[in-house]
Amino acid sequence: MQIHSPRTAILVEDLGKRYQLGLTHARSIRDVVDRLTGRMMCLLGRRRSSGEPAARQEDFWALRDVSFEVESGEVLGIIGDNGAGKSTLLKVLSRITHPTTGRAVLSGRVSSLLEVGTGFHPELTGRENIYLNGTILGMSRREIRQKFDEIVAFAEVETFLDTPVKRYSSGMHVRLAFAVAAHLEPDILVVDEVLAVGDAAFQKKCLGKMHEVSGSGRTVIFVSHNMGVIKSLCSRALWLDGGRLVADGPTSDIVDTYLNGRRDRRHDGVIPDDAHREGTGEARIRSVQLGDSMRQGSTDLYYGEPIDVLMRVETDVPLSDVHFEVSISTRDGIHVACAQTFDPPTSSFDLAPGQHEIAAKLDVALLPGPFTIDLGVHHANGKTIDFVPAVLDFHVSKVAVAPEAYYRWEPVRGLVRPPTTWSQPQASAPLITASQDTLR
Amino acid sequence: MRIASDTQGELDPSMTVIRPPSGWPRVGWMELWHYRDLLTLLVWRDFSARYRQSLIGIGWALLRPIIAVIVFTVVFGRMAGFSSDGVPYPVFNYAGLMPWLYFAGCLTGTSDSLVGSRTLLTRIYFPRLILPISKVANGLIDLTIQFVLLLLMMAWYGIRPGAAVIFIPAFVLLACLAALAVGTWLTALNVKFRDVRHAVPFLAQMWMWMTPVVYASNTVPDQWRLLYSLNPMVGVVDGFRWALLGRPIPDWTMIGVSTAVVITTLLTGLLFFRRMETEFADIV
Repeated sequence: MQIHSPRTAILVEDLGKRYQLGLTHARSIRDVVDRLTGRMMCLLGRRRSSGEPAARQEDFWALRDVSFEVESGEVLGIIGDNGAGKSTLLKVLSRITHPTTGRAVLSGRVSSLLEVGTGFHPELTGRENIYLNGTILGMSRREIRQKFDEIVAFAEVETFLDTPVKRYSSGMHVRLAFAVAAHLEPDILVVDEVLAVGDAAFQKKCLGKMHEVSGSGRTVIFVSHNMGVIKSLCSRALWLDGGRLVADGPTSDIVDTYLNGRRDRRHDGVIPDDAHREGTGEARIRSVQLGDSMRQGSTDLYYGEPIDVLMRVETDVPLSDVHFEVSISTRDGIHVACAQTFDPPTSSFDLAPGQHEIAAKLDVALLPGPFTIDLGVHHANGKTIDFVPAVLDFHVSKVAVAPEAYYRWEPVRGLVRPPTTWSQPQASAPLITASQDTLR
Repeated sequence: MRIASDTQGELDPSMTVIRPPSGWPRVGWMELWHYRDLLTLLVWRDFSARYRQSLIGIGWALLRPIIAVIVFTVVFGRMAGFSSDGVPYPVFNYAGLMPWLYFAGCLTGTSDSLVGSRTLLTRIYFPRLILPISKVANGLIDLTIQFVLLLLMMAWYGIRPGAAVIFIPAFVLLACLAALAVGTWLTALNVKFRDVRHAVPFLAQMWMWMTPVVYASNTVPDQWRLLYSLNPMVGVVDGFRWALLGRPIPDWTMIGVSTAVVITTLLTGLLFFRRMETEFADIV
């Protein structure tokens, strides 16, 4: 089957999925009776006046005209905001739900992993659940028997094999579930955000397993919100937005475009006159942008990247010796960093009437997460001319600046990574050495 | 791309073609067969999980019919003096109660089978018919255990089964098909209208009185017989009694009518189920 290597494994043509809002829940008998009598009236030619067609529920296209082709052995990442249609696409490709339009052709054995532990029965033991879950995911009994020990070892649950799964800790539960799934050997594997489970150490192990799978010549379709994982696993990416395919290409390009373009529509950095402002108003901050000349207007920063802020200030009167301020806060208002021209080396600006651009480059190692910027213009005596809080939301992603493409896999603790010098003072306890080794 | 046409794609077992549902569905027997491992496993899962952490365990399969037989014998056999056609009333009653309990159990089991497996439905593809079928198959385990009790009862009362006993498998099959027929309808409806869930216990209760469980079907007045036998369980229960106890001699027209009803309900039920199936994952 898989001899001719440049072969299409998945072909998707004009795929569309429509949901009827409001019809997703069980309807009452009365509703059905109403519809039936309505239909009968139509048949009898006694069409009900106006109202009837309008009563039709609103349609919602979760997927619209999506077409792409995946070659056998390719690892394809799918990215997009929440509600972009990623999961719907996976559900259609896994045959869980039917498309409304178009078609998809998959060649080879397909396994889909939309959740770990599907079909686990709490009353059954770990051993029994391995067979149960494996069969549900499409393994034959012989296959499971062959891989049984490997699965158990991967999940690290040897001693609890004959304990009902309901007595497992949530960590053990997830480990066992992932272990079964990780030993699937389909031709095509469809994976939804399943790596976001378990503790950091186990996540690393899962990621390693995913690398193994994607390197083994299997066709994989992979959905994740973690751009770092997408970048490291996938050679090609699709970007879905509002149910439509907006970009298709090499992963790094698509991820960059996605991270750059994502928030532009909502946060263009233009500060309206009626924004919340403080100060005398002799000058006004009109707009603000993030990013260097290459990626102007982006509100997604790579981890570790210096923050380039460009603001435009307008004044009607000449002002001399004014100072600027750029502060960074969390979205819930905790101030993280504050840079002012008052700080040494002090610099101040003279502004003639008209528009001025002021640029600031903040070298602050923010940890991944959402932040916002406050801007201010002040007189040398500290009197505020214009201050606008929370003018621009931005986001530090888990993807680090190229080329290291490092991302923080652990949950993020804190807001800033301080530049740190680490050393080992001479007479150190052996304990520390040991723990560093395990870290590695 | 090797896929020249859709039909070719469908013939190749390793090729999956996903298209919008159109026209009348097919039952998809081949696919069901292909997924038999899953079916076995679901039956085993339900069975082995059912009586865990339970004191009496599998004994429940016997306790319920035993108590029912005692109550029915006292009320209908003794107090009301129902005719049992020369057979000791407890045996007469139990022989009919067995298929009936199986059927009633299947109604509850199947109608909830999809809603109860919501996570499976929304995460994994498999022919959805597997779920109601697994419940119907699962009921056979209890039926087998109850069957052993019947043999003991017959030995106790000194009743020897005649040659007709070879027809038992046929009537067990008929009971399965009847359960599946009604089950597929109820299951598919229950996904959309949860009213079914509330109606089923009541339905099962009423249905029992319309089935010859506590009385013999030949006590039904002649002019109502045909209408009466539209109930598929009439044929099943009468068949069971006849095959096991040799009497009462069944009315073959009634069994024929019941069988025809079973087959029609089953075929329409399967198709209805398949037709509704396209929406299951979206609305369950």
